[in-house]
Amino acid sequence: MRVELDEPKCVASGQCVMAAPEVFDQRDDDGVAILLDEHPVSELHDGVREAAAICPAAAIRLVEG
Amino acid sequence: MSDTLSCPVSGAAESLPEYPLQRAAECPLAPAPAVQELRAAKPITKVRIWNGSTPWLVTRHADQRTLLTDPRVSDDDLDPGFPYVNAHRAEIAPVTPRLITNTDAPEHTRLRRTVNGPFVVKRIEKARPAIQKIVDDLIDTMLDGPNPVDLLTALALPVPSLVIAELLGVPYKDHDFFQSSSSLVLDSTAPPEKAREVSGALSAYLDNLLGEKMTDPGEDVLSEMGGRVKAGEMTRTEAVHMGVAMLIAGHETTATMISLGTLALLQHPDQLAVVRETEDPKVIANAVDEVLRYLSIVQTGVRRVVKEDIEIGGVVIRAGEGIIFDLHAANWDPEAFPEADRLDVRRPARTHQAFGYGPHQCLGQNLARLELQVVYGTLYRRIPTLRLAAGIEELEFDHTGTTYGVHSLPVAW
Repeated sequence: MRVELDEPKCVASGQCVMAAPEVFDQRDDDGVAILLDEHPVSELHDGVREAAAICPAAAIRLVEG
Repeated sequence: MSDTLSCPVSGAAESLPEYPLQRAAECPLAPAPAVQELRAAKPITKVRIWNGSTPWLVTRHADQRTLLTDPRVSDDDLDPGFPYVNAHRAEIAPVTPRLITNTDAPEHTRLRRTVNGPFVVKRIEKARPAIQKIVDDLIDTMLDGPNPVDLLTALALPVPSLVIAELLGVPYKDHDFFQSSSSLVLDSTAPPEKAREVSGALSAYLDNLLGEKMTDPGEDVLSEMGGRVKAGEMTRTEAVHMGVAMLIAGHETTATMISLGTLALLQHPDQLAVVRETEDPKVIANAVDEVLRYLSIVQTGVRRVVKEDIEIGGVVIRAGEGIIFDLHAANWDPEAFPEADRLDVRRPARTHQAFGYGPHQCLGQNLARLELQVVYGTLYRRIPTLRLAAGIEELEFDHTGTTYGVHSLPVAW
């Protein structure tokens, strides 16, 4: 799985951090998402899929495979 | 218990319904029967609102997700086609500065990034011990006081008051003023002149407090916004409006999720037992999201206007037409949540839209979740015999505000 974050679309809701804290973080000052791991290990995939599903800005794209 | 089995049929799908639609008295926690019928029969359809205009009503979960992330769907409330919630909102739109609540990307993105700091997940989580202390102290006081008691005044209203006051840096001594003001501003039946007067008083108060924080900053959100004003990142007017918005937005909503949430759990003892007996914070967190989904307390819908024609689900929504997204309808959509009328605190509930969806999704949602996790994780353990001290048919529900609610919730133990 490859994770892509469309940062200009991010509205800093932090939902990705709640769903997959190992893969996403937020900048301290404005909360914009930070992608920590573009190729997360398979144990983290469910959390990453949830993050993509609940991102209110639809800013997370997953390339499965 | 299933709330919908005995709920009546409205026949709304046959005519041009008046929105907001009325709930059935015998099913006070369920969406209006008409909204459920529309979702099944006419998921994107016209309704009539207070000023006679006829915006679209979108009720399916999937359609709401599609449209609420579509850049042609706008939050511009200066557009003549915007479907205002009430006369007060229509009247103040032209004199309201551009805020996160009435702008689109890229302006919205810039504004939202200036106010997001305090709501960053890890920063909010640091408030957990302080919130736990607030909740513990209130429950101590409740247990020492009269039994039965109104849960709203004993717990549900003071929790968000104390938490928001602490977060913004508003002194707690002013909390009665805030509680009554915010409830009046949110009441859609309040006369516009009264609502305007109270909004003005709140703004004046916060402007004064912001001034004090700019001279003598503390560790709070108003001080942080004061710093941004000084740095030229936002205007003082923007900061004051944001302060008022945070105060109002986080107040009755959280209080209602405590009171109605407790009512919903008391109505479902097997679900309450799961919440009361778990040692796992993830179970509590999921229960909070499920109760958010089940109750979906915003009852006036999310409002938008369309800037370019959009074709969806066999209809064309024209530029200049309004759209209302009924969040309760989406959260009870069986295509998104099987057996959606069942409160099931163990179901995957995270994709609910109780906080809305799209770039305008509730700014305070992480704080709200945290407050509710602390309350749900504490109240029922500390008072395991908690019960309703009135018949559900005796409770008076608020059908007129932006958020649904109950005027009082007598409980005993």
